[in-house]
Amino acid sequence: MSIRTRQIELEVMRYDPEKDEAPWFQSYTVPCLEDWVILDAINYVKDNLDTTLAYRWSCHMMVCGSCGMMVNGEPVLTCKTFIRELPDKVRIEPLENFPIERDLVVVLDDVMQKLHQVQPYIVRKDDPPPEDKEYIQSRGALAKFKQLTMCVNCFVCYAACPQYALNKNFIGPAALAMAHRYNRDNRDQGKSDRLDILADHDGVWDCSFVGACSEVCPKHVDPAAAIQQMKVDGALEFWKQKMGIPGDKS
Amino acid sequence: MSRNPYVRPISTTTWYMRNGRYKVYVLRELTSFLVMFYSFLTLYGLSALAGSAERWDAFIASQQSTAMMIFHGLALVYFLFFQTFPWFKLAPKAMPVQVGEKKLPDSYIIIGHYVAWLVVSVFILWLAGAV
Repeated sequence: MSIRTRQIELEVMRYDPEKDEAPWFQSYTVPCLEDWVILDAINYVKDNLDTTLAYRWSCHMMVCGSCGMMVNGEPVLTCKTFIRELPDKVRIEPLENFPIERDLVVVLDDVMQKLHQVQPYIVRKDDPPPEDKEYIQSRGALAKFKQLTMCVNCFVCYAACPQYALNKNFIGPAALAMAHRYNRDNRDQGKSDRLDILADHDGVWDCSFVGACSEVCPKHVDPAAAIQQMKVDGALEFWKQKMGIPGDKS
Repeated sequence: MSRNPYVRPISTTTWYMRNGRYKVYVLRELTSFLVMFYSFLTLYGLSALAGSAERWDAFIASQQSTAMMIFHGLALVYFLFFQTFPWFKLAPKAMPVQVGEKKLPDSYIIIGHYVAWLVVSVFILWLAGAV
């Protein structure tokens, strides 16, 4: 049985911080198998054609969130982007809207700091339960945020977001979705702490609902929906405060 | 080995040409100019109404000219495609309804919006004496 291969031309953005003034493109011809994804082709280049190529990857199964790149201008996880669905010439670039560290590796310090800022963990104000007890959560309560827990922090959404492209202060899709995930969790008591960050200028109101983050999200987290829901929550909280009704911020 | 991250430039005036999604978004946002136009038109109409019967009649006649009717028709189509349809489609994202463990199907919320739209439209037409 013969294995069918298809030649594709990979145009890969290269950048050596010690030598290059600006990024440039290098072409590689790669014989691809029918079931290959872009990450397989990049691994082929690394293993057989050019060992100097730098890029991130780990799991090859949409869990680690490391292999996000621009493929023909679209931000994707390269481990789920099949070559059979692409033309013979494919352009690979590092994720948009992030500084390039080297070749296809981007600097994620900014989004990591933003994630940290929204306290993406369960915050408790009261005493923890006894050690032999756990926090009770019904299936209905879990359903309120389960979709948001699918995020793998690939930050493909930031590469799609024009607001983040133009305004680096914007907290951005994944971090806001993560904040919403914990705000919605019935075990969490940190909503009021997060409100100051979320309702501020660089929070949810900077989002103009382009919706690109949700369209490109490889895990269908739908950050755009989370942000709009937080706008509704924020507006309700504002009116509650105006009318002296005890709310999350009281 | 030293770090020297490269920041790719982005144009603040032509960023929306990057892809089709951004272009559609900008077309949606351009409806704000129409909103502005209709806001001024309403104020102008009100001032005519407050002025005199002649000024009001002249205002109504000006809006019924062929050119203005074509403009209003085109504006309506533009609003439908870049406001009504996309926003109603997105409504379930901003206001999801959960019943028990299940989310209410998006179609219910979308249809609800169209029904409300129809009711309000008929009410306004009734106020205007058109139905």
